[in-house]
Amino acid sequence: MLELHDATVTFAAPGGPLVRAVDAVSLTLPAGSFVVVIGTNGSGKSTLLGSIAGTVRLDGGRIRLAGHDITRWPEHRRARLVGRVFQDPRAGTASSLTVLENIAVASQRGLRAGLGWATTAALREEAAARLGRIAPGLETRLDQPIGSLSGGQRQIVTLVMATWRRPELLLLDEHTAALDPAAADRVVQATAGLIRADRLTALMVTHSLTQAASLGDRLLLVHRGRIVLDVQGPAKRRLSADDLAARFDALRRGDQLDDEAARTLAELYA
Amino acid sequence: MITLLSTWTFGLSLGFVALGVFVSYRLFSFPDITTDGSFTLGAVVAVVLITAGVDPILATLGGMAAGAVAGCATGLLHARLGIEPLLAGILMTTALASVNLVVLGRSNVPLAGATTLGTRAEACLAPAFRTLGCDDAVAGEAARLAGVIALAAVASAALYLFFRTNLGTAMRAGGDTRTMAQALGRDTGTLTVAGLAIANSLTALSGAVVAQVQGFADVQMGIGMVVWGMASVFLGAALVGPVRLGGALVATLAGSITFRLLVASALRAGLDPDWLKAATAVVVLAALVAPQLVARRRPAAPTAR
Repeated sequence: MLELHDATVTFAAPGGPLVRAVDAVSLTLPAGSFVVVIGTNGSGKSTLLGSIAGTVRLDGGRIRLAGHDITRWPEHRRARLVGRVFQDPRAGTASSLTVLENIAVASQRGLRAGLGWATTAALREEAAARLGRIAPGLETRLDQPIGSLSGGQRQIVTLVMATWRRPELLLLDEHTAALDPAAADRVVQATAGLIRADRLTALMVTHSLTQAASLGDRLLLVHRGRIVLDVQGPAKRRLSADDLAARFDALRRGDQLDDEAARTLAELYA
Repeated sequence: MITLLSTWTFGLSLGFVALGVFVSYRLFSFPDITTDGSFTLGAVVAVVLITAGVDPILATLGGMAAGAVAGCATGLLHARLGIEPLLAGILMTTALASVNLVVLGRSNVPLAGATTLGTRAEACLAPAFRTLGCDDAVAGEAARLAGVIALAAVASAALYLFFRTNLGTAMRAGGDTRTMAQALGRDTGTLTVAGLAIANSLTALSGAVVAQVQGFADVQMGIGMVVWGMASVFLGAALVGPVRLGGALVATLAGSITFRLLVASALRAGLDPDWLKAATAVVVLAALVAPQLVARRRPAAPTAR
């Protein structure tokens, strides 16, 4: 279970005012929920994810995960509980290492790295089995540098790595955004399959309204650092991509009105 | 014959610097200037211990330990205090210049008459070479070379095995892609400190061996070593092309020997020794620029998706 209490992240724009990228967000994700997060550009959805992963420090509030208060934990310590897949396939894998060596590092997530042999026969066997199940053909490429794989294949390996040891929380940060549509589709299928099979708790940020409508059992719409829409259960199942597009338009219109009002006020007081 | 043998011995002794630079620069992308200081540090610690009557193997290990400490210090400056890699190395090497002078006591100490790794290799192996028909001088030189080859084999095998363990693989991963290692629970700062400790212990090993092969330690002997190491790493990579870890380690040693042979040939062909360091820098520059020039002449490869 993931709990956020009044989580706040403030950025100072250079020469500008303070911006609350995450504005006193409180949120409870029961174990086993698959939550999709959408939002406009600069809405704070990536910052929200970063504050859970530990790459962004909270200025206020607390984060609890699986019974631990992780608010002050550094990123690498949170990795004991959290599995992550990044937008850039190159960020989640080490290019010069082979597929199997990458998996070997992932197989030690949350453990002390000792002097045991990394790429054992047992690991090779399990890696072949797991990759073969999720993406047939990949299991023959264990000994190739992971940099030789396509972006989509790399994201699938990263998914397998992030979930190799069952994470308390899986964070997916627009992990299909850098892929062509066909590859994105395969990665989405693999993601949904893994989450369902292992009953993982997952938080997925996406740009795709189609993915947002079709995936997950709960949807959060983030705008200006706040959760402005939180739908789950039957209401989530009824949501279509068109509904979400309409919501987005409404938010954008609201922003324009806000901007106009601000300009008018500024002119009045100038 | 003797010159050729001693060229090989010297090239392979400096090969440990190349292995150290391989670890710091190739695996961790850390241009580690500490190399210049820790090379001398390894030499002066080993020489001071040997002249105090310590067994040369222990003295060499002592030099390596000192190098490891220097590497840790540079790593901590970078990982914990956020100092740029180049500046961290410069600070450390500057401080080490004083440390080395204080440890050695004066600027140059000879090892005349002491038991060193060199004399020990001669005592153990020279008789064998004599029975093969070598005269005394050649047998002595060949014995020293054999000793260095054995040491290089042990060091590169140990490195290979270490970097295939869970810890070593995590270190390579952290050096390659910080985000990946952090996301998988590795503190990349700590991994960098450990990597620099290994790199500088190898560099110090090189200093200790060179001092014992040439028979003296000098506080100036480390100048330009980081460039030498890079030249060897680049040359080795150019010799064999893209290879895995094991191949890259062997290529690095081969690069060091090749480079030493090039230097020896250049000197024999009449290069003024004063220009040696400048020539080294030009070789490194060429190795850095050549791949870019080659890439520019090729059409851009389609980006992988």
